Amino acid sequence: MYDFAYHRPASVAEARQLLADNEDAKLIAGGMTLFPTMKMRLASPSDLIDLGGIESLHGIRDAGDSVEIGAMTTHADIAASEVVRAGIPGLAELAGLIGDAQVRNRGTLGGSLSNCDPAADYPAAVLALNAVIRTDRREISADSYFLGMFETPLEPDEILESVRFPKVPRAAYAKFPNPASRYAVVGVMIAETARGVRAAVTGAAACVFRATAIEAALSKDFSERALEGLTIATPELNEDSFANAEYRAHLVVVMARRAVAAISSGQQPPG
Amino acid sequence: MLQQPGDAFLTATVSFELNGKPVSGAAENRTLLVDFLRDALGYTGTHVGCDTSQCGACVVHVNGRSVKACSMLAVQAEGMRVTTIEGVAPNRDELHPMQEAFREHHGLQCGFCTPGMIMSALDLVSRNPNPSEREITEWLEGNMCRCTGYLNIVKAVKAGSETMRAAS
Repeated sequence: MYDFAYHRPASVAEARQLLADNEDAKLIAGGMTLFPTMKMRLASPSDLIDLGGIESLHGIRDAGDSVEIGAMTTHADIAASEVVRAGIPGLAELAGLIGDAQVRNRGTLGGSLSNCDPAADYPAAVLALNAVIRTDRREISADSYFLGMFETPLEPDEILESVRFPKVPRAAYAKFPNPASRYAVVGVMIAETARGVRAAVTGAAACVFRATAIEAALSKDFSERALEGLTIATPELNEDSFANAEYRAHLVVVMARRAVAAISSGQQPPG
Repeated sequence: MLQQPGDAFLTATVSFELNGKPVSGAAENRTLLVDFLRDALGYTGTHVGCDTSQCGACVVHVNGRSVKACSMLAVQAEGMRVTTIEGVAPNRDELHPMQEAFREHHGLQCGFCTPGMIMSALDLVSRNPNPSEREITEWLEGNMCRCTGYLNIVKAVKAGSETMRAAS
């Protein structure tokens, strides 16, 4: 890693000031992506502003019809949260499938969403549940948050503070992990929301997306059967040494079926 | 602000509680916790395997939770409680029950991964005192062993958790 100045502000206001004062500064949350990137010298910020000391960014709050999760809450805390388990089926299980135990102890919800990795797990949940991303200056709906590969509407000096997930009666996440990295080759979150069935797919393309064909089929008939014979168009899908576009398209339907089966049986799919 | 030859590195004094005792030392901001433990403090029980948060040889506990010490800065441990493999045995002559279980069940061959395996296993048992074989296997996903395979390691963690449960 190249050298950098290190700051550990105690408030969001202080962090914002540090960002304003240092042009090449970067915020750091759990560091599970940024440190490897810095070790490879693909990033060399002048300053690291560590959000770990800001109390208000930590924690999970039951807000009645929604659950609000602070940006610095770790995957492990989300996976273990009774509030999350009770209010948002599938989300705790999704968090428990990220990386490995030690990554889950450091990695955070806000860090993952700010980075917006195309194979990260949370984007599927945020988009399927139509969650709201709250920053230091505005609220952004999930439908307008995921712009592309590593691309979000966050301004360079904007700080993601929390995510508000509306509670849903039924939802599940099914993931086909890369066996080495544990990132999603394909992950599908299906949720029955107040405005109908939503299906979000991560890992398969440059950015998380809603599978409208799956949503339409499940809206008519919420069953595994409804997805039989359904195909996903391949032109936009990722191709790499692990899975070509055709295989990923196939996995999208298989993961969707597993998620529906999990919802129908009341048991989350095996990791 | 890339480093030029002759530049002074930005350093900090880092203090935290290590295995129950206060420690302090100078570290560059970019120094990883694992390098600080090994090179500055001389606690070489924590190993560096891959340096990319894959292998788990560097697992330590920070405030009671297992983390990969290659993926955290020394300055980030300021004021925290750090436990390494050197801090788990009750005294110089006795092993911790989890260490004893690894010895008993041949859960190691070369031993390079063992400190990380044990620190990881102890975090699991602190959350789940009676883990199943499947839960152990899933938990150890972030710990690699290249000699023994994992069967005896899983057996050792199971046995270690049973001894710990019986003693508590």
